[in-house]
Amino acid sequence: MSGDHDHDHDHSHLDPMDARVRALESLLAEKGYIEPTALDEIVQIYETRIGPRNGAHVVAKAWTEPDFAQALKDDATAAIHALGYTSRQGEHMEAVFNSDSTHHMVVCTLCSCYPWSVLGLPPTWYKSPPYRAKAVIDPRGVLADFGTVIGEDVAIEVHDSTAETRYLVIPQRPAGTEGWSAEQLAAIVTRNSMIGTETLAVQS
Amino acid sequence: MNGGQDLGGMQGFGPVVEEINEPQYHADWEARAMAIVVALGACGQWNIDQSRHARETLPPADYLSFPYYRIWFEGVQKLMLERGMIHAEELDGKLRHQPIAVKGRLEKEDVWTALHALGGAAERPADSKPAFAQGDAVTTININPTTHTRLPRYARGKTGTITKVLGHHVFPDSAGNGLGDDPKWLYQVRFSAQELWGEQANPRDCVTLDLWEPHFVRA
Repeated sequence: MSGDHDHDHDHSHLDPMDARVRALESLLAEKGYIEPTALDEIVQIYETRIGPRNGAHVVAKAWTEPDFAQALKDDATAAIHALGYTSRQGEHMEAVFNSDSTHHMVVCTLCSCYPWSVLGLPPTWYKSPPYRAKAVIDPRGVLADFGTVIGEDVAIEVHDSTAETRYLVIPQRPAGTEGWSAEQLAAIVTRNSMIGTETLAVQS
Repeated sequence: MNGGQDLGGMQGFGPVVEEINEPQYHADWEARAMAIVVALGACGQWNIDQSRHARETLPPADYLSFPYYRIWFEGVQKLMLERGMIHAEELDGKLRHQPIAVKGRLEKEDVWTALHALGGAAERPADSKPAFAQGDAVTTININPTTHTRLPRYARGKTGTITKVLGHHVFPDSAGNGLGDDPKWLYQVRFSAQELWGEQANPRDCVTLDLWEPHFVRA
């Protein structure tokens, strides 16, 4: 962050975007279109209250409750909304389950569609040209970039989010987690495993 | 439109590199730009598809090189300029015009509720039945509009299979171009990697896209 370190040198090297965004915010506040304290609130909510822990909760519940897993397959929107994860960019949900025969991966080649309600705001790599370009034409190459190995006998199914449907990958539950509680399981579910760029394992 | 945003299948960007322990924002302005875009939704002057179209009209060289939140910033500024919410001569602080009437303003105490309001729900009541069913083979049309479309270049003129009927949704190819919701049936369509990319693709792999009825015909 540019503003959270102490130094006394000249700030003229600062990104001109900083000045442009400040100027626009002032103009919009002056004209009455926005309320700056509402902006603080939006930033704070996406930093603290909406993030991948929501998705990890969904995954751990699916692993431990067969009825919930079935409800997710039947109507992911209803099942996820019932847990209270109803925020924007989560209005229409699809849950896709990894198996021994199919590995799912999610991309938005046309913009940055991402299930904010369960994963929060997307990381930079998800929104950037290398991933958006390569995920559909060379998904195994993308997985290699992440150090993820998927066998040749496993099909890769890539979901390009071209509508308002938001995809959540339910990774396979790793071996060695038998008897774990849903809370313990949620703690090992990573954001990337719910996008599909990595798989999960625990130290034996 | 065939702009810088339509990236599927483009080559030469190098590997996908993940920043370890990436912060939510890389500069304070990124957080403000994100929040400005979210907050301005309450003004009701555009829909999400028009918002996407404003971003994709950036020159491709800019689209490919700008930080993502700058793409958002340039897009939202363009939307406001087009609608007379702001004027170019106001941006340098020299002049002020009266604001235009807008639908509303997002207040701090309403933020949490607004973010949970499912305001972006795209499903609309249907007065027709879906013309296609799961298992149907379909071929996408070949179009190259200069306006907004959610049918990407790499999936035009390709044959796939309907894997799910997703509902009756706002049609971005209309809504993004100021033509109203114009809802159509939406489907998940699966294409084999070899259909999209040729013989060198892995025979097991596939890509699904969510496409609306006007995007394809029966194969």
